[in-house]
Amino acid sequence: MADTRPLIEVEDLARTYHVGEVEVPALRGVSLTISKGEFVAVMGPSGSGKSTFMNLLGCLDRPDRGRYLLNGEDVSRLGPDPLSAVRNRALGFVFQSFNLLPRAAALENVELPLLYAGVHAHERHRRAMEKLALVGLAERAHHLPSQLSGGQQQRVAIARSLVNAPALILADEPTGALDTRTSLELMALFQSLNDQGMTLVLVTHEPDIAQFAKRILMFRDGRLVEDQPVAGRHSAAAMLTGAAA
Amino acid sequence: MNHLDTLRGALRSLRANRMRSALTTLGIVIGIAAVITMLAVGEGARRQVAEQMKSLGTNLILVLPGTVTSSGVRLGGASRNSLTEADARAIRQEIPGVVAAAPALRGSGQVVYGNLNWATQLYGVDGDYLVSRDWVIASGRKFDDNDLRGKAKVALVGETVAQMLFGGTDPTGQTIRVKGVPLTIVGLLESKGQNVMGQDQDDIVLIPLGTARGRILGSAQGRPDSVGHITVKMADGSDMQAAEAQVQALLRQKHRIQPGQDDDFNIRNLSEIVQAEQASSGALSALLAAIASVSLIVGGIGIMNIMLVSVTERTREIGIRLAVGARRGDILTQFMVEAVTLSVLGGLVGVGLGLGGGLLVQRLFDWPVVFQARAVLLAVVSASAVGIFFGWYPARKASRLTPVEALRHD
Repeated sequence: MADTRPLIEVEDLARTYHVGEVEVPALRGVSLTISKGEFVAVMGPSGSGKSTFMNLLGCLDRPDRGRYLLNGEDVSRLGPDPLSAVRNRALGFVFQSFNLLPRAAALENVELPLLYAGVHAHERHRRAMEKLALVGLAERAHHLPSQLSGGQQQRVAIARSLVNAPALILADEPTGALDTRTSLELMALFQSLNDQGMTLVLVTHEPDIAQFAKRILMFRDGRLVEDQPVAGRHSAAAMLTGAAA
Repeated sequence: MNHLDTLRGALRSLRANRMRSALTTLGIVIGIAAVITMLAVGEGARRQVAEQMKSLGTNLILVLPGTVTSSGVRLGGASRNSLTEADARAIRQEIPGVVAAAPALRGSGQVVYGNLNWATQLYGVDGDYLVSRDWVIASGRKFDDNDLRGKAKVALVGETVAQMLFGGTDPTGQTIRVKGVPLTIVGLLESKGQNVMGQDQDDIVLIPLGTARGRILGSAQGRPDSVGHITVKMADGSDMQAAEAQVQALLRQKHRIQPGQDDDFNIRNLSEIVQAEQASSGALSALLAAIASVSLIVGGIGIMNIMLVSVTERTREIGIRLAVGARRGDILTQFMVEAVTLSVLGGLVGVGLGLGGGLLVQRLFDWPVVFQARAVLLAVVSASAVGIFFGWYPARKASRLTPVEALRHD
């Protein structure tokens, strides 16, 4: 690819929460870059600042200090509505608790980002069905989340994160509510998306899960303490066929 | 996000809590139903009164003689013989828009037929009187010029008098005696029933003015052509105040009253009564509207309360929507549309119930009920206004949430 700029450039990013009179520094100045096509796992104990970092990367929160360039655009000083637009157009989210709208069918959940992007009903429907087919749930399109298993719900969430063709997918503990086998299936899906060029950032506290990524960032006390590539990267798909055999 | 999607979403979340939505909107339903029923019943009553007022004659001007003040003692209404037949003629000829100007003498007396007798109102009238009071002849004929000019001994009788003396048979052609004078009945007046004051308008005998003055009601009235009062009927749609002023100016001129001197006559405009009636029914409408607004406000507070609960309950949903790209305006619109949908649906149900209630009042109490499209429109508009007003605060609260806060909520 001709474009050599990194997808994410973060400089001295910091965020402090105010709990009453007390100041809680959650992130104390983090600098790093992530290029297109990377698969990054963010690890660290609770309170290490990894969730805060993810919220800042996902434009769900704004830093108190530092700069965040997404695709070369400084998004660290944008107001609420421009940030909504960035999330809608450039980012996809996968959460631990799936975060699907409980009263909307799978298809409608997947269509949601397109609704706010102003895409017409017909086109919305077509693109959502395409992504549901990609995650293997085309025939479940009209089921409510409560009629789907945890793994299926998480795949609906992934279809939703993909539907508006984002530059980056952020997954916050996506396997936290899933059993081992379903977790493996999910990681296989993530790896295959990554193989097709999608950039992924994944927060997890499980070392096993982090091994499926290409690069691991370790956070502690609001700082980035370790940043290294994964040596012997595992293939979730291969492990699944191995387990089946 | 287009409007249809927003509306569909609002209907879905209202359906999800059917019972709650129904109870929430009950305040609006009752408020609107009350507005519709009250307006229909009130309008029915207003029209009935207006109808009665019309029969009284809203385009009538009554000219009465003035009062005599003698050595500082005022002798009360119509104690002066200041009005004459000539005044009536002048009014008829000189004031534009006059349909009839009827001079009349009024008295009462015993009417005798055979061995029956009956005390009734006696009116000495000319040809304009039937026109001015909208009397219709049920059988027989009106007074003709010969009757009037020749002071003929003839009479027209009202329905009540006919009942009392003739037992309901047609009295035309019979002769009655009034104060010893035999009068031949030439016609029967069609029944008018009671007037708004509860007086029986059919208890009446009409006699030609000359006959009455000369033979029955007497010459004690002073001047040879003086009359008790003059009833002036104006054409429909006339400016009654202007007509009144013209009558006043004309009579002042004819009676040679100097500027600064008081009138020697009184003018009564019956439309004043109508205005008083309209003012009181206006006050009643204002009262009904006040009661209705209180119930709408109470209903609106109910909606605000439930919308606040709903915003809290659905904080995570708001977080999800924000995360996938909803703007604050989208969230605001979503909750506003829900509140307005709730109140408008309530308003429509209320309109239905209100119409039903009005029909029930009509059926059960035999009360005249008039439905107006205006009232229905007003009800629906105020229901949506309530939704907008009371939905605003919760919706704004929802739209001010930050995505991180909202997603952390459980």
